Amino acid sequence: MPTHSLPSGQVEWRRRTPRAVLLRWVCWLLGVLLVVQCWQIMNADTIWEFVYDAPAQGADLLGRMWPPRWSVMDKLWWPLWDTLNMATLGTALGVVLGVPVAFLAARTTTPSAAIARPIALLIIVSSRSINSLIWALLLVTVMGPGVLAGILAIALRSIGFIGKLLYEALEETDPKQIEAITATGASGAQRIAYGFVPQIMPTFAGISVYRWDINIRESTVLGLVGAGGIGLQLNASVSRLAWPEVTVMFIAILCTVAVSEWVSARVRAAII
Amino acid sequence: MSATTTTTGRRWRPPPFIANPWLRLALYGGVALYLALALGTLQVNWGRVAEGLVRGWAFIAAFGSPDFTSRWPEIYEGMVESLTMTVVSTVLGVALSLPVGLGAARNLAPMPVYLVCRAIIATSRSFPEIIVAILFVKMFGFGPLAGMVTLAFATIGFMAKLLAEDLEDIDEAQVEAIRAAGASWPQLMVYAVQPQVLPRFIGLSVYRLDINFRESAVIGIVGAGGIGATLNTSFDRYEFGTSAAILILIIGIVMAAEYASGIIRKRLQ
Repeated sequence: MPTHSLPSGQVEWRRRTPRAVLLRWVCWLLGVLLVVQCWQIMNADTIWEFVYDAPAQGADLLGRMWPPRWSVMDKLWWPLWDTLNMATLGTALGVVLGVPVAFLAARTTTPSAAIARPIALLIIVSSRSINSLIWALLLVTVMGPGVLAGILAIALRSIGFIGKLLYEALEETDPKQIEAITATGASGAQRIAYGFVPQIMPTFAGISVYRWDINIRESTVLGLVGAGGIGLQLNASVSRLAWPEVTVMFIAILCTVAVSEWVSARVRAAII
Repeated sequence: MSATTTTTGRRWRPPPFIANPWLRLALYGGVALYLALALGTLQVNWGRVAEGLVRGWAFIAAFGSPDFTSRWPEIYEGMVESLTMTVVSTVLGVALSLPVGLGAARNLAPMPVYLVCRAIIATSRSFPEIIVAILFVKMFGFGPLAGMVTLAFATIGFMAKLLAEDLEDIDEAQVEAIRAAGASWPQLMVYAVQPQVLPRFIGLSVYRLDINFRESAVIGIVGAGGIGATLNTSFDRYEFGTSAAILILIIGIVMAAEYASGIIRKRLQ
């Protein structure tokens, strides 16, 4: 226990040893230096005149955004339907592709730990590292703008998410049940169907609904790079500086996200 | 399996996932109806897609020979911007999330403070980063400063919410013991509350650093600095070699960050 002797001869308790205190100070100093250095590199090209009037710009923007132009809502129902479809069909495709990847990646179910598992893990990491907007950017370049690019972007991003969470669930399954199924003479497919699937089914349903919720949120902005949905209209309105329309779209996006979050919370509560 | 169950004359079936048959049927019917509607209204220009297959193949081939050299100055500048943005925004966001998180914990803050802090968290969490970035680019001008502010803003909501949840779950006995020793409010925070939540908080900060880097690659698309702008340009110019190089760099850095944060979090627990 670190202590410290006072001049009066009393011994006082201290939380850390002098060495630990010194080490902490050095770490803090290095950390602060790093942040200051980063700040300077980052702001090398910043034009501070534009920054100083940011509050005025912000107030100006709010002034232009209010009141919202509700009439634009008539044009938004179709893009909202597209947004919903991108998220839902994208999630469905992501689930279809992500489940086999998860079974290949889990130590408990992989057919070969030397070849299949690293490949599956690489697919999961690549899919997870790249944001769905970047996937959309890529797909719009390749196959042209439209809802299909959005669906595929959502699906490609979802593979990694579903794959990762599902393979972790597969590795945490109870081995006793699997052993019992194996002991009855079950084949590999039967082991998966009767041993693994019942154990991961609730997790799987929860993950899928959770991902769907995230995908609704992400699909609202995919249109910014041309992948269809409400983001496309948002991009058009921002480029035309039609701020009252932007306000309506923000509200529409917020409501969609709130509804999807509510649905997902209800469904997950029902499953668990 | 069927051979062993013939004694009762009925084949055993696993219990269905949804027990209520009406709910199950309604759900299946709803899904079928939705799929028919959704696929029916899907507008796809198949001609354009077929045309794109060639380009898609060119892109996949580009991963075999990524081109780091011809646009290296732009890639380097974008990466440095992304990384510095990530560090500054995470530190700033985490620092600002501390008071907000403290205020949003029902057991530590009075009601008015609680409501204000919860409102801040809700605002920060409800908009996707890229929409916030559009607004901040408008306010601060193009460049990494706008991106940094965006990421810091998003970090506040994320960290404060999780911190508040942790604070609401702390062990009250320890707080009472320190209070009984005659501690003031700041001493209470430092000796009773902080040791209970700090390890997880640091772990979450490292995790957020990771998220902020990934996001910093995206918000460049709307002009908020970082590698996203370079990536966007390379796609626009069909320079797939450069795009592949940037994507490989992003995946590499994210993997390294994930690995490092895993080690840090393991050591803290």
